[in-house]
Amino acid sequence: MTDQQAEQTFPITLSVNGVPRTAEVPARRLLSDCLRHDLRMTGTHVGCEHGVCGACTVLVDGAPMRSCLMFAVSAQGSEITTVEGLADGETLHPVQQAFKECHGLQCGFCTPGFLTTISAVLDDNPEPTREEAVEAVSGNLCRCTGYQNIVASVLRAAEITRERSAVAIDEAGR
Amino acid sequence: MTTKQFGAPVQRTEDVRLLKGNGRYLDDLGQDALAAAFVRSPHAHARIVDIDVTDALEVEGLVAIYTHEDLPGRVGEPLPLLIPHPAIVAGRTGYALAKDRVNHVGEPIVMVVASDRYVAEDVCGRITVTYEVLPPVVGVETARDAKHLVHEDVAGNVAGHLVQEVGDAPAAVDSAPHTLELDLKVERSACIPMEGRGVYARWDADDESLRIYTSTQTTTGVRAAVATKLDLPLNRVECIAPDVGGGFGVKIMHPWPEEVLVPWAARLLDREIKWTEDRREHFVSSAHERGQVQKVRVGFDDEGRVLGLDVKIWHDNGAYVPYGLIVPIITSTQLLGPYKPGAYKVEFWSLYTNTVIVTPYRGAGRPQGVYAMERTMDAIADYLGKDRVAVREANFIQPDEMPYDHHMIFQDGRPLIYDSGDFPGSMDKLKALVGWQDFEDYREQARAEGRRVGIGVACYVEGTGVGPYEGGHVVVESTGKVVVSTGLTSQGQGHETVFAQIVADELGVPLEDIKVTTGDTRKMGYSVGTFASRAAVMSGNAIGIAARNVRTKALRIAGEALEVDPGDLEIVDGIVRVKGSPTSSMPLGTVAVLSNPLRYAFDTASQAATQFVVGDPDKPPVAEDDEPGLEDRDFYSPAQSTYANGMHAVIVETDPETAEIKILRYCVVHDCGNIINPMIVEGQIHGGVAQGVGGALYERMEYDENGQLLNASFMDFLMPYVTEVPDRIEIDHLETPSPLNPLGIKGAGEAGVIPSAAVFASAIEDAEGFTITSMPISPSELYALRQRFAAGEIPALRGRSATASTATTPTPVTEATTR
Amino acid sequence: MKPAPFTYHAPTTLAEALDALDRVGEDGKVLAGGQSLIPMLNMRLASPAHLVDINGVAGLGTVDVDATGVRIGALARHAQVAGHDAAHSVVPLLRQALQLVAHPVIRNRGTTVGSLAHADPSGEMTAVLSLLGGSMDLARKGAARTVPAAEFFVGPLESCLEPGEMAVSAWFPVPPPRTGTTFREVARRHGDYAMCGVAAAVTLDADQRVLSARTSYISMTATPLVLDLTEAVAGKPFDAADWAAAGQLSADQLDPEPDIHATADYRRHLGVVLTRQALTDAATVAAAQPQGATR
Repeated sequence: MTDQQAEQTFPITLSVNGVPRTAEVPARRLLSDCLRHDLRMTGTHVGCEHGVCGACTVLVDGAPMRSCLMFAVSAQGSEITTVEGLADGETLHPVQQAFKECHGLQCGFCTPGFLTTISAVLDDNPEPTREEAVEAVSGNLCRCTGYQNIVASVLRAAEITRERSAVAIDEAGR
Repeated sequence: MTTKQFGAPVQRTEDVRLLKGNGRYLDDLGQDALAAAFVRSPHAHARIVDIDVTDALEVEGLVAIYTHEDLPGRVGEPLPLLIPHPAIVAGRTGYALAKDRVNHVGEPIVMVVASDRYVAEDVCGRITVTYEVLPPVVGVETARDAKHLVHEDVAGNVAGHLVQEVGDAPAAVDSAPHTLELDLKVERSACIPMEGRGVYARWDADDESLRIYTSTQTTTGVRAAVATKLDLPLNRVECIAPDVGGGFGVKIMHPWPEEVLVPWAARLLDREIKWTEDRREHFVSSAHERGQVQKVRVGFDDEGRVLGLDVKIWHDNGAYVPYGLIVPIITSTQLLGPYKPGAYKVEFWSLYTNTVIVTPYRGAGRPQGVYAMERTMDAIADYLGKDRVAVREANFIQPDEMPYDHHMIFQDGRPLIYDSGDFPGSMDKLKALVGWQDFEDYREQARAEGRRVGIGVACYVEGTGVGPYEGGHVVVESTGKVVVSTGLTSQGQGHETVFAQIVADELGVPLEDIKVTTGDTRKMGYSVGTFASRAAVMSGNAIGIAARNVRTKALRIAGEALEVDPGDLEIVDGIVRVKGSPTSSMPLGTVAVLSNPLRYAFDTASQAATQFVVGDPDKPPVAEDDEPGLEDRDFYSPAQSTYANGMHAVIVETDPETAEIKILRYCVVHDCGNIINPMIVEGQIHGGVAQGVGGALYERMEYDENGQLLNASFMDFLMPYVTEVPDRIEIDHLETPSPLNPLGIKGAGEAGVIPSAAVFASAIEDAEGFTITSMPISPSELYALRQRFAAGEIPALRGRSATASTATTPTPVTEATTR
Repeated sequence: MKPAPFTYHAPTTLAEALDALDRVGEDGKVLAGGQSLIPMLNMRLASPAHLVDINGVAGLGTVDVDATGVRIGALARHAQVAGHDAAHSVVPLLRQALQLVAHPVIRNRGTTVGSLAHADPSGEMTAVLSLLGGSMDLARKGAARTVPAAEFFVGPLESCLEPGEMAVSAWFPVPPPRTGTTFREVARRHGDYAMCGVAAAVTLDADQRVLSARTSYISMTATPLVLDLTEAVAGKPFDAADWAAAGQLSADQLDPEPDIHATADYRRHLGVVLTRQALTDAATVAAAQPQGATR
């Protein structure tokens, strides 16, 4: 009857959006479930649980990864960024702002995975070509938008970032 | 005047919430609820011999296990047949948990409730079900042969059979100068929203009331169905659709077994319970659509005018028909598109198979109908050596023939009468947009480069805005904020925004002061649901009417207070003011205060409405024909559907070696009447086209002969990524307002997906020079067709005049006779 | 779709990892990137009693490059290898193939060695290792061995790894001078497993004549197939060689299985077409490089 005993759990510590968080989880707890249910941060969505749709994508130490294809215990000590960590208070992240302006979302379910993925891509490549914008979102499924406005949002997000940094430089110069 | 919102590309009010991760989808709720999971049939057709749960009972965290014999009363009876129709020969529906037999892989047999989903799945894994496997019926042909039966007592596997006839079509075909026969096939696909289904129920034992959250397209439907099943008064059941991660039709079907079982068990256990469908469950336990086999006989004259059209359709409805015959009825009526055949006969058989049920998927039977008709138009053009567009134009209903009565009965039981549309005008726009006349030059240029290209065109008419009704409730609060509710639900269509736009114009308030709620029976108990591109037409008009009534009341009350004629007042930026004398004014919030005579003041503003301050002491504070409050609830219920329409063209390139199919251009001309928000309408078209691309080139349900779904995952069910959709979707609008409703709108939700199978078949056929009769088509299948074509097993197209094909062999397209 | 319970091991050194694997034997499975394993666990298509998570093991995430080849450690992620300029400069086929492995986000987590150990005949890296004649370094408690690619892949999803053993690194040797390589595939969707994929290596002599033309395939055979097609083109100038003949030569040796995405006929046809295309490209690459260099 050993396998019917209560499952062993492990204490884990993650930094989620810059805030240290702890949880006590069984080894099999997926990172997506840990974020959503143990830490109750439900912005990260689960669309397929086999790594294809990309809705659950979060940044692990800065790199976008599928949180449904990682165990929470494997993420021990990592810096996690979820969709909830993108905006700066009331100010939307450039990618979020671009999605709003370009109608880059409809039902919004796949959106968090797009936003986290794109934010990381733009960090690496602030001025993507259209082709690179397509490549950036090529691993995320969306069933509503037909992707037209999502690609436009990637390019617009790069533009907003430039606009904001121009303003910041301008203000710093005064 | 405040800027007009109707018609403006307003950014969506729902977006900030969703973008910041603050949406609330079903699985985001009920964090402390118990989890449900299901043991589902691994067999397509079997008798359940035994269910042994012994090994599961010891699992830590198990709360309950239920099988059919545990289900009391109506919970254990078959699920409802939602849409009865006289043509249903033998209507069969499933049970919430299978009773004795299973009829498709994925059918629920055992319900498990446990501390969390992980444990619930552990328990499921320890339950042993013994089956006696029965021969499965898979696919239309097998069902039609009826060597084996899905339901023992249903002869021929026929669930429904319907004939509609206008004129004597067989005779018209026989006596026509030319006739053609086409055998066509469309494979199964499915909605596949990014969020699956899900139900979360809370029983309040003190109040004896139930609250259900469900990822649905109809909360009023679920509420009524569950109340009936659980024998609860309707007013003891609340049903709420939280944010819904896409629907596309699958969530209009209700009640799903889980929507009955989760609330039932929540009440029984007096515990909160939640079930979140996983992706594999969604593939085998929700619904599919599209699968049909069609036979078309058409007779036509030298100009290509259709004199008689005789169509037979065999529709695969899966294991049960809870949604009735809606899909094949739509196929059989909307097949007509923008055309007016001399005589029309359509006969369909809706057939049981041991596969997942078939209920509407965006387009709901129309893509198949359009496919049949447009394949026919292309075949006629090829046969006569005429331009494909010219043949279509010869068959168009003309603008001066509107309203056009087809003398048939549509899916809503009402006559099929087109209200509006300008088909020649739309086609002119499409030809200009895609450059139809210049394509032959492009083809030649491509050919010189060793490339193979083709162009396709397809037209459709879409009955939208079906009844019976929707309601709108508009309240102006004393703060001046406006609260709007309507009963139908939202799955990403931007209802919060477009309904606010309508109210903003009527009430003269800024958009940000308007809050719209949808799909919550606490706010609006009367509703039908979101499907058939009906939300804007139905709720839009209902809300528009209610808002107008609120405006009238506001002007009356303000007129009394300001001592002016209401006709001299206007509302601008939330202020009621005298036209031309803006100093004489009053905020709408103050009007709201005055609308509700008070005994007790609760703040400074409300003092203005107390009985020693306002009112004529000789009259009742609330007049006999009036109600307190600056609000109104009204309903919109049209006599018949509106009819939107559109035309698509696509240019494809087929790789001469690998047979890969690449989309070079995709053009859409679209007429959905007056447009509330062009940004949202274009977004709907984009999404529909992408689903259409999926349905035409990538997606299908791969059942093997045993009824096993071989591709029940996102690895193998090939929904398009960004890399599979056109780089750009070129759109031109034609706005012919519907005369049927005050706002003149016709609905846009499904448009993009409807002509896809047809338009791609047309383009690929044009590129390849031989007929395409089965969709979707993969590179592997195109390669196989090329091999057969090269071997002379399939004939070449005859060649065309205006858009000559690559083939030159003058062989008929299909069996053809010339008189 | 939640994994069944398992006993979790989180070693921090290779010795600990091998020790754990030794103890759990047949009941154990190594968890590296998990991009193939975890979907199977989530679907409960696999439910090992023990998982040995090597993500915390120090020293396994290495990419070591020298003039003779590239050694990739068990924890090096696909993205890390693909982005490794020194590795690319000596074995360009690595980056050429890795760009086709799933989608970028999967490559951030998935490991190159893990995908080889997974031995999926649709996995691009199996063809790369086989074409280049690379090898796998395997270790178990108290023992280590190096297995050439040709012996490592035993069947579909089956390698010669034994219970208690793990793949520690993979060795990709530098091809001979004046060798050009390419990887071409046709997939249903961008990023999907290919219906057919071909890795090609063409070596030219100092006069730009074909010395050797070899190919390997994915999704065509149960284990990676390497073909030497030199006889169709030997000694011909790279730009006058009959690459189509080389493609045709492959036809008889390709005997793929059908699946829901492609018939066997179509797959074989793709094999022939892609063989020609990949060889043509590889020859062009070989010819374009400076004399004596490898690209």
